[in-house]
Amino acid sequence: MTAVILAADGVNVAMNVGFGIIAAVMIYAALSVVSTKNVVHAALWLVLVLAGVAAQYILAAAEFVAVSQVMVYIGAVMVLFLFGIMLTRAQIGAEQGLNNKGWQLGIPVAVVLFGLLAFVVLDFTGTDTIEQLGLGGPTELTGVNNESTIEIADRVLFQYIAPFFGMTFVLLAAAIGAIVLARKD
Amino acid sequence: MLAANFLLLAAILFCIGVFGVIARRNAVMVLMSIELVLNSVNLNLIAFALMNDDVDGQVFALFVIAIAAAEVGVGLAMVLLIYRNRKSISLDELSELKG
Repeated sequence: MTAVILAADGVNVAMNVGFGIIAAVMIYAALSVVSTKNVVHAALWLVLVLAGVAAQYILAAAEFVAVSQVMVYIGAVMVLFLFGIMLTRAQIGAEQGLNNKGWQLGIPVAVVLFGLLAFVVLDFTGTDTIEQLGLGGPTELTGVNNESTIEIADRVLFQYIAPFFGMTFVLLAAAIGAIVLARKD
Repeated sequence: MLAANFLLLAAILFCIGVFGVIARRNAVMVLMSIELVLNSVNLNLIAFALMNDDVDGQVFALFVIAIAAAEVGVGLAMVLLIYRNRKSISLDELSELKG
């Protein structure tokens, strides 16, 4: 696995090294999320995973999505999670009985699933490399590569305007539904 | 870098998330594992956008982020409701629908 990650093909060694470091941190943090005995610690490890995902987005030249990830996940979703933890738990600290009785069954399921996914991925991509970073070069006007953000705005507001409106209704319904569900009466 | 790197990392995150969904009993922990799964899907979409040099994948990732935010809101509201009714959020104790 590390051999695959660190297989520098001479195009961009710095990108490979950065990817490897961030990926290692993310995998360790994700394993901690599903194995720690403390619910609050799990939420804080999840912050590390989400930040790593945002860093990978920046590495993949998706700045707008990376900023959205930081704002929505680390900003909003994690606050929701911490509120959920603190409203549903009595004790602070390590907790017993966080896992199911047959939780070991999850290990072979995850390993087999990863084997299947890795086989499909390696079969699909083979030795393809990502050579060119970014969608379009730096613009003359600002010198900053913000072509992808402009392009995202074009796509969302023209080609994908109907799903966009549908998503706004989903968010509205979810907000109203959450209020109705959690309201005390 | 190899195109498979992002996809393999996303596969690892996905499998860890699936393991968390199977292994955890606490409902909030299961929701966190679902977040791991959704993030791995987003990572895949971004990787495909990079591989195809097209921003459609990024647009889809933004949609997934919005839907995930809505899902977490409703899910945690349901968890709060269950906790208020039963003083517990252990998922294996929720067996009212068992036939």
